[in-house]
Amino acid sequence: MAGVNSPPGRENGARIRATASVLHLDVDAFFAAVEQRDKPSLRGRPVIVGGLGPRGVVSTASYEARPFGVRSAMPMSEARARCPNAAFLGGRFGAYRAVSGIVMDRLRALSPLVEPLSLDEAFVDLDVDAGHDLSVDGVRQLGERLREAIHDATGITASVGAATSKTLAKIASEEAKPDGLVVVEPGTELDILHPLPIRVLPGVGPATAARLARLGVKTVGDLALIAEPDLVDLLGDAHGRSLHQLARAHDPRPVSSERASKSISVEDTFDHDVTDRALLSALVTRMSEKVTDRMVSAGHSGRTITLKVRLHDFTTLSRSATLPGPTDDSRAVTRLALRLLDEIDATNGVRLLGVGVSGLSDWVQDDLFAAATDTREPAPPDPELDRQLDAAVHTDQRWVPGMDVVHTQHGAGWVWGSGRGRVTVRFETADTPPGPVRTFAVDDADLAPSPP
Amino acid sequence: MKFRLDRDTLADAVAWTARSLPNRPTVPVLAGLRLDASEGEVSFSSFDYEVSGKVTVDAEVADPGTVLVSGKLLADIARSLPGKPVEFSADSSKVVITCGNARFTLVTLPVEEYPNLPALPAASGTVDGTVFAEAVTQVAVAAGRDDMLPTLTGIRIEIEGEMVTLGATDRYRLAVRELTWNPGRPDISALALVPARTLVDAAKTLAPAGEITLALGGEADDSLIGLAAGGRHTTSRLIDGEWVPNYRRLFPAETATVAKIEIDALIDSVKRVALVAERNTPVRLAFDDNQVVLEAGSGEDAQASEALQAHVDGPAIATGFNPTYLLDGLQALGTPFVHMSFTDTPLKPVVVEGIDSLEAQPTSGYRYLAMPIRLSS
Repeated sequence: MAGVNSPPGRENGARIRATASVLHLDVDAFFAAVEQRDKPSLRGRPVIVGGLGPRGVVSTASYEARPFGVRSAMPMSEARARCPNAAFLGGRFGAYRAVSGIVMDRLRALSPLVEPLSLDEAFVDLDVDAGHDLSVDGVRQLGERLREAIHDATGITASVGAATSKTLAKIASEEAKPDGLVVVEPGTELDILHPLPIRVLPGVGPATAARLARLGVKTVGDLALIAEPDLVDLLGDAHGRSLHQLARAHDPRPVSSERASKSISVEDTFDHDVTDRALLSALVTRMSEKVTDRMVSAGHSGRTITLKVRLHDFTTLSRSATLPGPTDDSRAVTRLALRLLDEIDATNGVRLLGVGVSGLSDWVQDDLFAAATDTREPAPPDPELDRQLDAAVHTDQRWVPGMDVVHTQHGAGWVWGSGRGRVTVRFETADTPPGPVRTFAVDDADLAPSPP
Repeated sequence: MKFRLDRDTLADAVAWTARSLPNRPTVPVLAGLRLDASEGEVSFSSFDYEVSGKVTVDAEVADPGTVLVSGKLLADIARSLPGKPVEFSADSSKVVITCGNARFTLVTLPVEEYPNLPALPAASGTVDGTVFAEAVTQVAVAAGRDDMLPTLTGIRIEIEGEMVTLGATDRYRLAVRELTWNPGRPDISALALVPARTLVDAAKTLAPAGEITLALGGEADDSLIGLAAGGRHTTSRLIDGEWVPNYRRLFPAETATVAKIEIDALIDSVKRVALVAERNTPVRLAFDDNQVVLEAGSGEDAQASEALQAHVDGPAIATGFNPTYLLDGLQALGTPFVHMSFTDTPLKPVVVEGIDSLEAQPTSGYRYLAMPIRLSS
């Protein structure tokens, strides 16, 4: 029972590698690629996946959409303006998780040391007593076999980079995109790195880039010419030092299989500002239950509850409360989160709510009262209540474009669009040619969402 | 107003009444201490609408009267005066305090704006001061400190005839102490929830006077409790709301394993092992045959373990506690040995009681219930 919130993970000690044994894999336009796989009529067409509500943002744009200037994190309204002919889809996370599971399994077959960064991106340490040929050719062959295996198993393409460090491996996979492979030969790191713009380095965002631009620094090579004390003066101690090292391709960060999660949270942006306190309480309650579920399924308990509230004017408030001991009881999390909500003036409307748990542990201080009433199980999830809450804060989401549906006569398909009491479905699947489009009434009894 | 009294008498009286003065009073007059001089005696009183305190002492009163002065300043002055008689003389705007060659002039506060102190409820009975103070201190360790859950910051006083039962809990542990007292009426029955901090302070400071008079559940005002002893009396507002309903059900009905251990040795051992338990991470205790093994820390963190002799009756059992919760209970017992009762699962609360010898049954009337920790799945 480790008392602290960082379960020990396997890692390979910090060191400078002689071989290109850090592999970085990134699925190409992940969400959009899964959509194009499952929706034959969208293959070769621009596809944009993201939040479709009035305040949604782009999650992924397919390669066909990128020439129009559509990028991740762009407001969906801007994406619609830039690329009006794209297919705009709401996302099917069950399908993405399934693909991600297959990809990660392939990576774990290569090495026990896999560090997932997200559903579609991971580092792999190849230099872990698995007997891989770590010569440049050996790594290149291994990478190609991996890409082929992933394509065979999932039908989508991934790009792979390999190098002597995480930074270079990630840069390499970026260079390889789409559907490619780049292995940086040991010893040639600086040749690759120095011509690149400084934004490729981890930790260089717009603010740092702007500061460095004032010194005339545009490329990583320019950065490498700046003396460390000058960088520290400009960017502060930790940041300055680390960039000085990175500019020399010096990145000893190990691949770590267990990134200790420090907190778990859920949040939701509403389609319109919410002022009704009873509704806010119900939303906070549901989020508290959801975040507790996630925490418990990850094997954690937590001690500090944080409520995040973004008000109508974008003022973002964050309030926390800490229990005397860690809990995994959603009632305790809800109680604290609601108390935090009470202290917030929401009279002018709330745009976003979030509930997070931190201070993670692997033990629980139970409560005498709960033990006596012996009702460990909180109220079971109520789908009808969930639906009502969703309907209260999001415009009609019954038939979200992109969602899988099934019709009793026409079979499996996906929602092409809906509105004015009608829903249009295209009947096709990954295994069929592009299929026909049909329109139904939204309450057509023969049409139902198909389970993931 | 004019009177004269002994320096120590003054210092004690002022210190006791000034202790409950608010640091940041909602109205300025509440920072005041009220002095009332009448025939042969002077009383000092304070009140912040929650807690009131009043001490009456003998004094040579030349000229009766009433005045309100800054309580904090008066307490600082009284504490620092030389050991000589102190003379107060006051007119409507200032008070002059003379002691030996020292002389202070204090401005008065508007006494007409000062609230009337609540009347002490009618006496309900008396209790031995030492016993009461000990009992209150024993249960107070379990009281909550979270002002957002006000009912749990109180000590519950339940009176049924000759029996007084005190209880407190912060929902992770619960302490109960039973004691006898001298009720004014044999059929008295009363229930009150008193802020724990206030009750601890009142019981401690009144205990040296011997008998303490308790007053509660009076018909005049049932939102107050009064405690009086040796010329001092204090009242406190009660906490509104229900405490833990039917708290006795929290004690497990069955016992599977009993462990008896020398308390001092166990306290020392828990403190040692807990040195590696950062932020109150648990201390694990494994009981079997005739020992208990204590452990804390794990994995890549610092670790500690220690074995201790124990008399264990029943199946072996292992469980873990927040070390603070365990120590609070052990330190409150005040007996040479601890008697711990476990159910057949390490997840149910553990009853901690004191015994005078390994052969004795727990009888001290104090029970401390502690909720163990659980490993998350």
